Amino acid sequence: MSDVVLSTHNLTKRFGALVATDDVSIDLRAGEVHAIIGPNGAGKSTLIQQICGGLKPDAGRVELVGRDVSSLTTQARAKAGLGRTFQISQLCMEDTVLENVLLGAIGAGGSPWRFWRGALGLTDMRERAQAALHRVGLADAADIRCANLSHGQRRQLEVAVALTLNPRAFVMDEPMAGLGADGSKQLTALLDGLRAEAPILLVEHDMDAVFALADRISVLVYGKVIATGTADDIRASDVVREAYLGTEA
Amino acid sequence: MSTILIIEQVLNGLQFGVMLFLMAAGLTLIFGVMGLINLAHGSLYMVGAFAAAAVAGATGSFFLGLVAALAAAALAGAVIEMVVIRRLYAAPHLDQVLATFALILIFSEGTRWVFGSFPLFLDIPVGLAGPVTLPGGIEYPLYRLALIGIGLAVGLGLWALIERTRIGIQIRAGENDREMIAALGVDISKLYTLIFALGAALAGLAGALVGAIQSVQVGMGEPVLILAFVVIVIGGIGSIRGAFIGALLVGLTDTLGGVFLPELFKLFMETGAAQKSGSAIASMAIYILMGLVLVWRPTGLFGARG
Amino acid sequence: MINERMINALVLAGLLALPLYALAVDEPFTITLVTRAVILALAAVGLNIVLGFGGMVSFGHAVFFGIGGYAMGILAYHAQTYSTLDLGLFTTEGTKLMPVIWLVAMAVSGLVALIIGLLSLRTSGVYFIMITLAFGQMFFYFAISWAEYGGEDGVSIYVRNSFPGLNTLVPIQFFAICFVILCLVLFLKERLRASPFGLALNAARQSATRAETVGLNPMRLRLVAFVISGMITGLAGALFADLNRFVSPSMFSWQLSGELIVLIIIGGAGRLMGPVIGACVFVALEHFLGGLTDFWHVYLGLILLGIVLFGRGGIIGMLTRTEGAHV
Repeated sequence: MSDVVLSTHNLTKRFGALVATDDVSIDLRAGEVHAIIGPNGAGKSTLIQQICGGLKPDAGRVELVGRDVSSLTTQARAKAGLGRTFQISQLCMEDTVLENVLLGAIGAGGSPWRFWRGALGLTDMRERAQAALHRVGLADAADIRCANLSHGQRRQLEVAVALTLNPRAFVMDEPMAGLGADGSKQLTALLDGLRAEAPILLVEHDMDAVFALADRISVLVYGKVIATGTADDIRASDVVREAYLGTEA
Repeated sequence: MSTILIIEQVLNGLQFGVMLFLMAAGLTLIFGVMGLINLAHGSLYMVGAFAAAAVAGATGSFFLGLVAALAAAALAGAVIEMVVIRRLYAAPHLDQVLATFALILIFSEGTRWVFGSFPLFLDIPVGLAGPVTLPGGIEYPLYRLALIGIGLAVGLGLWALIERTRIGIQIRAGENDREMIAALGVDISKLYTLIFALGAALAGLAGALVGAIQSVQVGMGEPVLILAFVVIVIGGIGSIRGAFIGALLVGLTDTLGGVFLPELFKLFMETGAAQKSGSAIASMAIYILMGLVLVWRPTGLFGARG
Repeated sequence: MINERMINALVLAGLLALPLYALAVDEPFTITLVTRAVILALAAVGLNIVLGFGGMVSFGHAVFFGIGGYAMGILAYHAQTYSTLDLGLFTTEGTKLMPVIWLVAMAVSGLVALIIGLLSLRTSGVYFIMITLAFGQMFFYFAISWAEYGGEDGVSIYVRNSFPGLNTLVPIQFFAICFVILCLVLFLKERLRASPFGLALNAARQSATRAETVGLNPMRLRLVAFVISGMITGLAGALFADLNRFVSPSMFSWQLSGELIVLIIIGGAGRLMGPVIGACVFVALEHFLGGLTDFWHVYLGLILLGIVLFGRGGIIGMLTRTEGAHV
């Protein structure tokens, strides 16, 4: 199992009586897309937050490239190589597209403690940012204000910002949310190519995208992983059928 | 240092504390329910004091003065809520701060316009004048004792209002889920005006009551306002119980600090220096208290939201 | 539609031309008035780094203004009375030299900003507003009880402090000093805005989550901004005290903290020249309305209310029809 990049071990989180994440152990291997699916309220968001550092688990740990990152802050995990995208875009709406990606380059690769030289004048950072824009197909939109982007372009930009971190692993929270069929297809193609750069832990509701992309799928129900396997395994699984469609479907 | 002095100072601290509570209760209620930070709360305190002084001066009745204070402050509160404040509920805090700062300017200068720059005086009612002898032979001003009583009674009344009445249920529901109670047919904007007027009336009452032991003048509200902020930051913004505990803490710390810190410093300093540094530290004591509470609990003693 | 750059250039040119004109027609009071606007602008430029760029509503920036004022007052007081200031580690006879006073003012303001920032940046939103306000009051009451330096009455300086090669007693020369400092600080601020630090700070205001997920620490960014901001406002305080040859606890007052915010909002939050325009308008209103009626604050209040309720973006926003930073 030397190719495991990101893994959780017995991750547990309770909110009062509710067990949001129940003893979850999953892993993400080099080159793969591992999708997490499950009904609403299954604990997917809670899981992502624990992986990325927004929530502290009650028990269990998170490892990134063999290193225990459980006690690290969100920003330290980002520096360690976690590239996260959000379900609801977290972009700087007043800034341009280029500035948004530049921020990623500066945060992860450079340093914000430079007060004199213009950020746009830092050639290496700028190149890194432009490469990321090029990769997601936003190179022509560099100077547009983020607030003026279409919904689909914002989704692409989210991915571009994560790319500037040169991440070891992507964690994507519903990247397809709110996209139409065309947009969804486009983004699916983009993510398909990205797995070569870093594996993707993908939480997604869009099942077409999930089945098109995922090498493995884990099904989360009431905070528990009830099944993990290939798309075909999951389609054929009785446990999954039962969880989604109720008993004896 | 005699026991009598200590008890006297504790009573002074309590009296100061309950008056702060009247201010802080309105502030924290308005923030808790409407999410609004209201700098003009001190102006409502001033309005209450001026109304009381003017009416009591004209009629000779302190009681009528109090009624006037409550009415004037509640009315002023309701008017500014309907004209200005309700446009600010959804606005960023900065807008709320600026708009209510503007209201302070308008209220202060407007009051100066009407009443002039000289302070007014409000006499303590005859029945409550003079000292009273407490058990143990302590002489204490009856009026101040009455203030403590009124403050505690209002606190109790507020608790009963919020915990035991229909309107209280609506207020508590409004804190949690405004869409829901609107859906249940409660007129939310009327409810908000009512809560704002209630908070204003409490501030006006405090202004009138304190007006009788201090002078009534323009600008009297803001120092109290800022202390009330300290109170609700310590207690946790939005919590009436926190406001009560915070107010007593601040009242006692400020009063006792001013008297006892210089004495304390005399134990290891020469008298002159002890007096000076003691009172300097005492003037900052409540802010130090606030700092300590926040290091310990960044959202105050009973606060939930940041 | 007017370009923001054009407005900026016009404002600076006007700020320079007015005192020169006043000099030509021999109206020294006008020069002093413009100097006052320039110094208030400088203080607000400092605050704008925290408020406009960083999104922190500091209601206690008078602390730094006051510290700057007292740094000037204390140093000059010892120099003019030939008395010794004992600081424990060393003693000094004070100084009348402006550059030294400025350095002290900025160093002390920066240090205090670091401490206040460490405590208050643990909180956010309303708590932050109230805590900075409370810190302001703490300094205010401390100054009042500080009997060595006049307590409530403050400290008066007989002769304005000196600057090598200039006669600071001549209004236009003192104006020149303040104007050059303002331009310098505006230039530095523009560099800061475009720097990686500025980009990161601006991002932390718009979305702290975004900043964190790219490996930035919003709290540290804000703290550094707070310190820089405090130093600039402290410098303005030293100049303000020198303009009046007087410092008193009122420089620490909460009204002043509020007015500094008002300056920024009148001009336009987060904009380079917002505080400058705001300060000019404020001083002009104070002068003209104050001359017409004793109750000019009523009108100031109404204008402010109008801007908050209807004209977000301030004067620059109205002229250029663009929105400013969202705070």
